[in-house]
Amino acid sequence: MKAPAGLHYTRSHEWVRREDDGTVTVGITEHAQDALGELVYVELPAVGRALAAGETFGVVESVKAVSDVYAPIAGEVTAINDALSSAPEAINRDPYGGGWILRLRPANPADVDGLLDEAGYDEVLANA
Amino acid sequence: MSDRRTPLYEKHREAGARFVSFGGWEMPVQYVGIQQEHDAVRQRAGLFDVSHMGEVDVRGPGAIAAVNRLITNDLETIADGQALYTAMCRPDGGIVDDLIVYRFGRDRVFICVNAANREKDFAWITGHLEGAEAHDRSDDYAQIAIQGPAAAAMLQAITSVDLGPIGRMRFVEGDVAGSRAIIARTGYTGEDGFELYVAPHAAPTIWDALVAQGAQPCGLGARDTLRLEFKLALYGNDIDDGTTPLEAGLGWVVKLDKPDFIGKSALVEQKAKGVPRRLVGFRMDGKVPARHGYPVVDEGGAVIGQVTSGTRSPSLGTNIGLAYVPTGKHQSGTKIGIEIRGRVETATVVPTPFLKK
Repeated sequence: MKAPAGLHYTRSHEWVRREDDGTVTVGITEHAQDALGELVYVELPAVGRALAAGETFGVVESVKAVSDVYAPIAGEVTAINDALSSAPEAINRDPYGGGWILRLRPANPADVDGLLDEAGYDEVLANA
Repeated sequence: MSDRRTPLYEKHREAGARFVSFGGWEMPVQYVGIQQEHDAVRQRAGLFDVSHMGEVDVRGPGAIAAVNRLITNDLETIADGQALYTAMCRPDGGIVDDLIVYRFGRDRVFICVNAANREKDFAWITGHLEGAEAHDRSDDYAQIAIQGPAAAAMLQAITSVDLGPIGRMRFVEGDVAGSRAIIARTGYTGEDGFELYVAPHAAPTIWDALVAQGAQPCGLGARDTLRLEFKLALYGNDIDDGTTPLEAGLGWVVKLDKPDFIGKSALVEQKAKGVPRRLVGFRMDGKVPARHGYPVVDEGGAVIGQVTSGTRSPSLGTNIGLAYVPTGKHQSGTKIGIEIRGRVETATVVPTPFLKK
């Protein structure tokens, strides 16, 4: 279960993808969704909310457990994946695609470079 | 201290189970997914390793009377070969543990205790038992549960014992897949099924034989959702030393008309004065699941109780849970508030069990 190349990662198992419009898309990794199991509820922040790096912006809940989701970098929420409120299992099915969680306009676009690359994240998983 | 492993640990690992620490044991929490395992039990049959449970064997000519003084239910109301669900209480009525007690005869009562309470229960039992001797046999038994509408047929295929006459809450001793077992028609899922007490070395063979019959291995995750849909209490979550069986809705296992037992006077008094709080089932009105420990609040936001268990119900697709609420707020249809991450979500008290058979 290698992390896809081209994305950026956190130690708390979020992924970040740079978009052409300068925003970034954020989700949780394949490893995270697998560890959580079948998701039944996702709580998302309001569009427009300013997030600090590392701030809890929502929760993902499986049948058994509640987990916080953290902002990988500082920024303002420009979009949320509304489909998750009725179909949270999209995160299980397609964590890097249809299971995306939100888009941020980074406070400082260079912050993304401070995140892990796929090799760095794979190493985190290997040492977990 | 590292967690203990059951004799079936390697079977779980080979099957790709994910593990969790529970009551001092490294136990499988799921194999293929909670929903799938849950559905297997409701529709066909699921297999559970419950070897972490403890077993206490009480022997001596006065075994029945001796155990009866420790429990709220009444071993004199059943015959040899039958089992009882019961609470074991402290003098103040708080629950030391909830148990299944198996009546073998006048001189033998076999007790199944919760894994996390094994040491506490054994100390309690030996400290209060009069006229019989207690032996901690937990290391001598593995325990396998097969539960679901097809459980009897699958188990019948690997035993020469005729399971037909073993009614609910009855048990026999006999051979299963070539090994001696206590075969009990008991369980913790709300379904028909059996629990097998076997020697640890025999457990893997029986496990494999039941998997070969088509039973789905299930972890503690599905065990929790299955039991919760039937409002079967989980010690440490819904009941503990600080709750009485009357508060927990276990009045049906409290026989106040039997001779003295530990906790009787406190329970008589609580019943006479009125039980101040009740464990009720609720359904969330919205999409947010409630979890163990969330506060229950009134219209003004004051905390009036606590959620003890909560999950998405795999069978119903709704968010269900159990909570202690003040008496008067316990009737079905009552609206309660549940504080979740600083917000109040509404829930409705509903009849239990949540699932009707």
